[in-house]
Amino acid sequence: MNDMRPVERIVDTDKPKIAARGCQVYYGENHAIKDVDVDIEDKAVTAFIGPSGCGKSTFLRCLNRMNDTIDVCRVEGDIRIDDEDIYDRKVDPVQLRAKVGMVFQKPNPFPKSIYDNVAYGPRIHGLAKDKAELDEIVERSLRRGAIWDEVKDRLTAPGTGLSGGQQQRLCIARAVATEPEVLLMDEPCSALDPIATEQVENLIDELRQNYSVVIVTHSMQQAARVSQKTAFFHLGNLVEYGETGQIFNNPKDPRTESYITGRIG
Amino acid sequence: MSDATAPATGPAGVRVKKMSLLEQDDRTKRRNAAEKRFQFYGLTAITVGVLALAMLLISILSNGLSAFSQSFVTFEVTLTQEQIADAEASVVKTSKYSAIIKDNFQTALAAQGLADQVSVDDAMGLISKEAAAQLRNVATARMGDDEDVSRSFTFLTNGRIDGYYKGRVTMETAARDSNISPEQLQLADQLREAGLIEKRFNWGFMTMPDASGQRPEAAGLGVAILGSLYMMLVVLCLALPIGVAASIYLEEFAPKNWLTDIIEVNISNLAAVPSIVFGILGLAIFINFAGLPQSAPIVGGLVLTLMTLPTIIIATRASLKSVPPSIRSAALGLGASKMQSVFHHVLPLAAPGILTGTIIGLAQALGETAPLLLIGMVAFVREYPAGPPEGLFDPASALPVQVYNWTQRSDPAFFERASGAIIILLIFLLFMNALAIFLRRRFERRW
Ligand SMILES: Nc1ncnc2c1ncn2[C@@H]1O[C@H](COP(=O)(O)OP(=O)(O)O)[C@@H](O)[C@H]1O
Ligand SMILES: [Mg+2]
Repeated sequence: MNDMRPVERIVDTDKPKIAARGCQVYYGENHAIKDVDVDIEDKAVTAFIGPSGCGKSTFLRCLNRMNDTIDVCRVEGDIRIDDEDIYDRKVDPVQLRAKVGMVFQKPNPFPKSIYDNVAYGPRIHGLAKDKAELDEIVERSLRRGAIWDEVKDRLTAPGTGLSGGQQQRLCIARAVATEPEVLLMDEPCSALDPIATEQVENLIDELRQNYSVVIVTHSMQQAARVSQKTAFFHLGNLVEYGETGQIFNNPKDPRTESYITGRIG
Repeated sequence: MSDATAPATGPAGVRVKKMSLLEQDDRTKRRNAAEKRFQFYGLTAITVGVLALAMLLISILSNGLSAFSQSFVTFEVTLTQEQIADAEASVVKTSKYSAIIKDNFQTALAAQGLADQVSVDDAMGLISKEAAAQLRNVATARMGDDEDVSRSFTFLTNGRIDGYYKGRVTMETAARDSNISPEQLQLADQLREAGLIEKRFNWGFMTMPDASGQRPEAAGLGVAILGSLYMMLVVLCLALPIGVAASIYLEEFAPKNWLTDIIEVNISNLAAVPSIVFGILGLAIFINFAGLPQSAPIVGGLVLTLMTLPTIIIATRASLKSVPPSIRSAALGLGASKMQSVFHHVLPLAAPGILTGTIIGLAQALGETAPLLLIGMVAFVREYPAGPPEGLFDPASALPVQVYNWTQRSDPAFFERASGAIIILLIFLLFMNALAIFLRRRFERRW
């Protein structure tokens, strides 16, 4: 795997994993996302930052069409993953969501056993031929979720009985188990304490090797710590998008600078 | 924080009175008094409720418990094959059997030295008119055997004699009663001393069919219990699947527009429609239009299904609503289809609520009387309905209707039986509610 990476890198930089052009989102009359263009790289962490209500979550949900489940929501424009239009009429959002995993702000494990939580995705997508293979997927996913050591002795215990940080890592493991290509995270650490936050951040850094990760965060420190690219949203506009270092050290737009230095937010 | 360091003067220079924690200020006193008052109101409300319930239970139990025991008279009966053949050949068969019982009873009385206390006919008045039919059942079963029947039989006593032992009939009332005389009661007392008459638990009350107004002692709830069970079966099999499917569709799949709003309002209204209206509807649709038989549990079940559906739909929708949306997003986010998310995650979490709602709906339906009156379930039915499914189309009665029916009859013995039937009805309801609680606990254990 490691030897392959330079080759992959070259391919990656050629083509973004996700490309959005002229994306508009309306909630009824409310124009929540205004004409956003963005290219999201593969095998990198992209952070969306911006003040509350600026549309970060809304845009994130466009990428796996979770907005379809909101009645009043309407999405326009062109969003491509691997150069395929995900809003094409032929696309089944259910299939798309298997490919684009999502981790939510509040940890939401199913009220089932830890094992069943992780095994659910592989089961409904038929990823395992038999029980042994499923066991293997569950273990691998829990290891990637950096929670295996804590739960390996109690896989049959309820997932809802874990601590908040553990629950969130379980949710990440659950998302990883369906072998997605993109992982979307909506403020995954906002309900966690600093120690759990650090664990999840380390995890995100590792996940970068296999996935394209998009993370929404309200913490600029977190964006600076985990991401390679940062997008700053303000009032539904994508104000600035670039290398994380450049956004934080040398923002081009005055609004970005105000936000970074704490004057708007 | 500033409070701790600030001097005892407020920001505007107003002096803040320093209070000791050991004494309560007026505001605290008022607040505590209000709290005490409220607790008192609550306690009063509960006491009134509990008292009302206790009074209800005491009155029903004191009136109805006696229905479960009954006086029986036991003596030897000899029945020759010629007698059987003769009786079966005659036109009024039971009167022949009645005569046989009379002879045998007379013999039994003579053996006790009580033969000349009252006339033979008066002595016969101690035994229920049901006895002849009972003897005939045995006789027809043994007809054609070579042997004669000779064994001891236990017959019900007449309702008045039974009432005498239950305190309903006294020597004074008997003197004014054309159906019974004080002499007969004295004979009964002597027979009781001799051990021929005894009071014991009466299974027949729960197994026998209804009986005519002249023989309250033989009236039982057998047909009514079967009819009620059949109706509950129909309601469960129809209302649960239809109600749950409708709720899942409305709650999870249907678009939110004016049409679904109208449907929603109408379902809530249906829950408030008086039950007798459903009875008229059932009469018009199921009997007059669809041509289903009257008094049949299937029709009763269908009507009660209509009545129960709104209850089940409302309960199911409420429990579906109470499932946190994050569970749905979690499933959808993993690439589950809508149906998978509902059936794998939402429905199991809603199940306890759905079950409770269903059982409450069933319990409501079990006690419902008015619509059943309209579809002819008041009929006097002595034949047991056949086993399901054919039996669903046979005439039957229902528990609450039987209660209503018995309270309409003149013989006070039926009043006791009506209270007994209410006890049975309450036991069924208690059992169903216990089941609801049990199922709820059981399913909730799975987080
Ligand atoms: N489900 C929804 N229905 C209607 N409006 C919504 C919904 N979700 C978000 N919005 C609106 O869209 C805008 C962006 O919200 P959101 O994407 O949640 O912001 P952020 O995640 O950046 O805080 C807000 O004005 C919000 O009111
Ligand atoms: Mg948000």
